[in-house]
Amino acid sequence: MTVAVPPFEAFYESHKAEVFRFLVHKVGPDRAEDAFQETFLRALRAYRRLEHGEHLRAWALTIASNIVRDGARRDRPQGAMPELVTEDGRPAYEELAPLTDVLPPKERAAVVLRYGYDLDYAEIGEALGSTESAARQAASAGVRRLRKERE
Amino acid sequence: MTTETLTPDIDERFRAAAAAEGLLDVAYDVFDDTAIGPLLVGVTERGVCRITFDPEPERELELLARLYGPRVLRSSRPVERLHRELNEYLEGHRRSFDVEPDLRAQPDFYLRVLHELARVGYGETTTYGALATRAGNPRAARAVGTVMNRNPVPIVLPCHRVVGANGSLTGYGGGLHRKEQLLRLEGAIL
Repeated sequence: MTVAVPPFEAFYESHKAEVFRFLVHKVGPDRAEDAFQETFLRALRAYRRLEHGEHLRAWALTIASNIVRDGARRDRPQGAMPELVTEDGRPAYEELAPLTDVLPPKERAAVVLRYGYDLDYAEIGEALGSTESAARQAASAGVRRLRKERE
Repeated sequence: MTTETLTPDIDERFRAAAAAEGLLDVAYDVFDDTAIGPLLVGVTERGVCRITFDPEPERELELLARLYGPRVLRSSRPVERLHRELNEYLEGHRRSFDVEPDLRAQPDFYLRVLHELARVGYGETTTYGALATRAGNPRAARAVGTVMNRNPVPIVLPCHRVVGANGSLTGYGGGLHRKEQLLRLEGAIL
């Protein structure tokens, strides 16, 4: 059974605080407001096309991080690569995000959903239309590939 | 940590921008300050689609999303005009509404009855049977009662002006005391 798309108000109320905090961390308080507006306007533009109401938190955060990345692409000098660090045995998403562009789409999605949004493998499998074990494999293949990239 | 907190200002700016860009199926708001108690109202680009005396937002929003589309958001600017007109009416300074109702979600019979209802003027009353006749079906008084009960935009479409054949107030979706209050306001009863 799929979850129905909630009225936008409910989606917005559930995720606005977290999206804003995420953006403050990413781009600082001064630029967070514009990025916040753009995140939810973009969500609103796509909202009628949603087919179900699952993983909306990950969806909102994905839009927010895309906006951060679009902004960073314009601003950051080419070649500036952040360090890949490990926290609690997991690569910290902060440093991971700009690197995941090099991954094949499925691995990138698995890595971002696992380490960026803390979804478990069953949820990721569902989001990607595959299985829990396929999601686990995609995420670990992605992390291996990223480590190799860094060497 | 204050810089991490979404301020009401930023929140309101998003709600205004969403409406200004024409991205909403329904903009709604709750008016807590009216003379007849709190009202939840919804407007589309075509007009007023919802007024209800019993603001139970969660259930209402689901209903609005089902009828008009999922982009339902609280936003005060699009409902400003309706807010002003309702307050003017409830304070006795207005006799008819300039805002248009959006009745596109209504079935055919409802539509005919609601159009007839719209023609019942300020301070007048009519009966369920008379309205049924004017809608082309004299025997449908009971069905007209159902339409009144489900009127999506009470006050703007004046179902409070429809009473029983014996003059009794009969019923009202917002409670009989409100029907009485509106009729008294209009001078239709003492």
